Amino acid sequence: MNNAINATHLTFLLTGAFWTLVLSLMAFVGGGVVGLVIALGRTSPVRFLRILSGGYVQIVQGTPLLVILFVVYFGLPTVGYSLSPMLAAGLSLTIYVSAYLGEIWRGCLEAVPKAQWEAAECLALSKTQRMVKVILPQAVRIATPPTVGFSVQIIKNTSLASVVGFVELARAGQLINNSIFQPFSIYMIVALLYFCMCFPISVFSRRLERTGASRLKAAETAVSA
Amino acid sequence: MPVVVLKDVKKSFGSLQVLRGVSFSVDKGDVVALIGASGSGKSTALRCIDRLETIDSGTIDVCGYSVSDPNLDLRRLRLDVGIVFQSYNLFPHLTVEENITLAPRSVKRMQKAEASEIAREVLAQVGLSDKADNYPEQLSGGQQQRAAIARSLAMQPKVMLFDEVTSALDPKLTGEVLKVIETLAASGMTMIMVTHEMAFARRVADQVVYMHQGRVHEAGAASILTHPTTAELSEFISNDL
Ligand SMILES: Nc1ncnc2c1ncn2[C@@H]1O[C@H](COP(=O)(O)OP(=O)(O)OP(=O)(O)O)[C@@H](O)[C@H]1O
Ligand SMILES: [Mg+2]
Repeated sequence: MNNAINATHLTFLLTGAFWTLVLSLMAFVGGGVVGLVIALGRTSPVRFLRILSGGYVQIVQGTPLLVILFVVYFGLPTVGYSLSPMLAAGLSLTIYVSAYLGEIWRGCLEAVPKAQWEAAECLALSKTQRMVKVILPQAVRIATPPTVGFSVQIIKNTSLASVVGFVELARAGQLINNSIFQPFSIYMIVALLYFCMCFPISVFSRRLERTGASRLKAAETAVSA
Repeated sequence: MPVVVLKDVKKSFGSLQVLRGVSFSVDKGDVVALIGASGSGKSTALRCIDRLETIDSGTIDVCGYSVSDPNLDLRRLRLDVGIVFQSYNLFPHLTVEENITLAPRSVKRMQKAEASEIAREVLAQVGLSDKADNYPEQLSGGQQQRAAIARSLAMQPKVMLFDEVTSALDPKLTGEVLKVIETLAASGMTMIMVTHEMAFARRVADQVVYMHQGRVHEAGAASILTHPTTAELSEFISNDL
């Protein structure tokens, strides 16, 4: 009887880690696209759009990701839409991520001073030009550190996809553990792999925040000098 | 033929009536200094001229446009009106040249080369030829304000509005900005400037409009600053000294 962790197990875990990254990417891209629409809706001059997107954010943020996942994976088939575990997980994470990124980005759009809108308006730029050429580029700068920081949350949250049977990193660890029962070492490896994916992003995000702050400071001293 | 005409303009913010019937007109090529105590409604009057605020009653005509007309195409009005604020409001993510070429390129659909040529001209005009590739944060306050003036000039407006453009600057930087405005005045630009610089107003203005509690209390040639007829203006001027 051989209970030791072998190369096959490690390959299986690495494959799981790969699917974790794929799922994270799906969640980030899908959540990003929908999140942008939400952020624009939340800051729209049209009241109806503000209410609609605000309601969406309230509902999604008030629901555990696990429950969203259950509704999508187990609930949708009863009304005639069955999704594969991967699509169900991707869709659930998209919904979840869009509400949070939408709120983060709304804050960033609102952080661009009103005077910038007005300056652009006085130069005869159209509403779309004002948004695309003046406001968004500034908002993107403000948004980069918190967005990169949030992507760590996304990676960690993909582990919930294991409950619908999608074999990402956490589920891969469970499966191996079921056969060789070495929970401590297996889950330590799983944790290490998550850390290897998240840590570089955390460092990157912290660096972005620092350089952002020092850029501002440099600008202040340059002006006051 | 006046370029800007205000007739009995009234404007309230909530229950506070800020403009209580303001009338004055500005001829082509004239420089008008709009003066008055803090809160007398100078900025509000200026903002109404560029339709950044809507008025409650009265009429404003600017370059043949009826500004109070709700169907007015605001973008066409803003092609003819340039406005510069106390806080510069340059776009921080763009270089000085990009700040200047943004509107000519996106609004007037100008080619890059043509827009850059205009940027060179207006930068020379405000004495910033060597700063085209700098970002606003790398400029002093006075340089930023001159860049903001250049950005407005690049759209070749028919009238320029200045709202206390030197109030955030120390005396030395104020001087370099005022020099630019003075040259602009000499070149025949029609302008309305809200200012606290009385000596400058006296020297450059063709007409002085003194606002007091939301009304034009006294108006006339720059000489009213030396020989005011109303007690309020006379007190306002002596406070300034
Ligand atoms: N958007 C606004 N909402 C409410 N009140 C306003 C608004 N803008 C201006 N006010 C008020 O209107 C009055 C006139 O303001 P305005 O800015 O026109 O004065 P000003 O003559 O430019 O003064 P200052 O010399 O201080 O710039 C002030 O009491 C001000 O508080
Ligand atoms: Mg003012």
